Amino acid sequence: MIQVIQQGLLDTIQDAGRYGYQHLGINPGGAMDRVALAVANSLVGNDITEAAIELHFPASAFLFDTEAMIALSGADFGAIVNGRPLDINRPVLVSKQAVLRFNKPVSGARCYLAVRGGLALTPWLGSYSTHLKAGAGGFDGRPLKKNDRLHLRPGNISPSWFQGKEFVALPWTADVSHLYTKNGIIHALPGTQWNLLSENTRQQFTNAAFTLTEQSDRMGFRLSGPALATEPLEEQLSAGTTRGTIQLLPDGQLIILMADHQTTGGYGRLAHVITADMPSLSQRMPYQEIHFSMTEEKKALALLWKQEQDLLFLQNACKLRLEEWLQQQPV
Amino acid sequence: MHKSYRISSLGDRAVIIEWEQQIGGDIHGQVMQAFRRLRELHLPYILDLIPAYASLTVVYDAVVLYRQQHSYAGEKIRELIAATLDGAAEITASPPPRLLEIPVCYHPSLGPDLHAMAESKKVSPEHVIELHTEQTYTVYMLGFLPGFPYMGSVHDLLVTPRLKQPRLRVPAGSVGIAGVQTGIYPQESPGGWNIIGRTPLRLFDAAAETPCYCEPGDQVKFMPVSLEDFREMTHYI
Repeated sequence: MIQVIQQGLLDTIQDAGRYGYQHLGINPGGAMDRVALAVANSLVGNDITEAAIELHFPASAFLFDTEAMIALSGADFGAIVNGRPLDINRPVLVSKQAVLRFNKPVSGARCYLAVRGGLALTPWLGSYSTHLKAGAGGFDGRPLKKNDRLHLRPGNISPSWFQGKEFVALPWTADVSHLYTKNGIIHALPGTQWNLLSENTRQQFTNAAFTLTEQSDRMGFRLSGPALATEPLEEQLSAGTTRGTIQLLPDGQLIILMADHQTTGGYGRLAHVITADMPSLSQRMPYQEIHFSMTEEKKALALLWKQEQDLLFLQNACKLRLEEWLQQQPV
Repeated sequence: MHKSYRISSLGDRAVIIEWEQQIGGDIHGQVMQAFRRLRELHLPYILDLIPAYASLTVVYDAVVLYRQQHSYAGEKIRELIAATLDGAAEITASPPPRLLEIPVCYHPSLGPDLHAMAESKKVSPEHVIELHTEQTYTVYMLGFLPGFPYMGSVHDLLVTPRLKQPRLRVPAGSVGIAGVQTGIYPQESPGGWNIIGRTPLRLFDAAAETPCYCEPGDQVKFMPVSLEDFREMTHYI
């Protein structure tokens, strides 16, 4: 069991999302950064879509009342266990009574905490993701708070692996640099309203620097930048929306729909962030700049395919290293 | 053959099928027919189908599709949709829609905007209630909140813009009007619709086997009930 001993800003259980219910107004949710979820799970030998804890800074502090193997991926929040720093992207054994805290936001916006074996929870509509609006899924349908007790599925951790230590960092890390975009550019595909915009407005979109504002959360990222001319874009009949859609608001500003987006909306669809770049976008912090670059579907899918292959490769590599390491341990 | 719809991509994981952009008429029937036909295919790479007034959004898993079909996702999905929607031989009669009778209490304590709306239209509140209950509405889509039905169209006289100042708290069950639409808040929420009554029914219950009371394509008729009946019903629901 893991106990929350200090409440974080917004820490929720998330998996790969809940699909098949958007026609009922129930959005998919799920981890904002699916790559980090997959990496954290791979490191501890879980299925890549196993539910993990998505942390925002300031994050919760946790007390382990059992031995566990854990891994962090995504944002670096300066994790420490019993006062010792803990790398991200590395599997770690923590002993009974270990306390995990997060000291400072070093990089990124969302950190994923995976536990070997997974969290023992009840799925709602086929997913463990927390749906805040519905108050269902995850842990009681809400963010974690002080004194919550999260039960774990068996991780089959042997006390002998610790060799008397209270903290064992396994001797490898996952290199994730190639799984995220370089130099901060976010690639986008044209939306249905793209061709209605003037050449000038389109150039503004690709040349200007946009800044992520503080009004950015799991529902959507509100950007500030030059007001784009909106004359040809009238509000349309509401229609089904999708994650990554860049909406052009009547005041010329942009919103990017994220994991907890509403299932329908009527704002102009200017462009769509490609799926392969959503993990990078999810790790942006308020006041950071975003530059858009237009691409085409073939390239978007090639990038996505490569990312998926890399994740598969990483998962297999993690599995082999873990098996090797386990074989070397005293019985 | 002239097609009545157009398919456009929404990035690399969804497409939208759009018909003539209007509310009502025969359009929504075509949307629902496309929804049912694509759903009946039970394709593992189709993640979601979201019907709306005059469109159907198809969300797919490009990776699964590529693994199975070895072709670029968007192209394949467009072909699939065209083949499914244009397959004249397979046209089946649509099942008759469900008719849901939803009790609504129009007492001013539950419908705070009823009197202002009646006044602005220069009719009695009773006439507003009569116009709101005499029609059968179509659930065009669910959105905004889990289980929130967007229904229409209301009688011309009832067409009212959203409140200039949205309320911070609209109670669950509140029945409202926005433009030509009428809807019901399944949960307490901030909101800008003109609230004219409240239903004792729970439109969203996460613990229920079917969490949402309404589905797209349903027909809805509002049944006026007294405050006493409303109170009694809330005890049993």
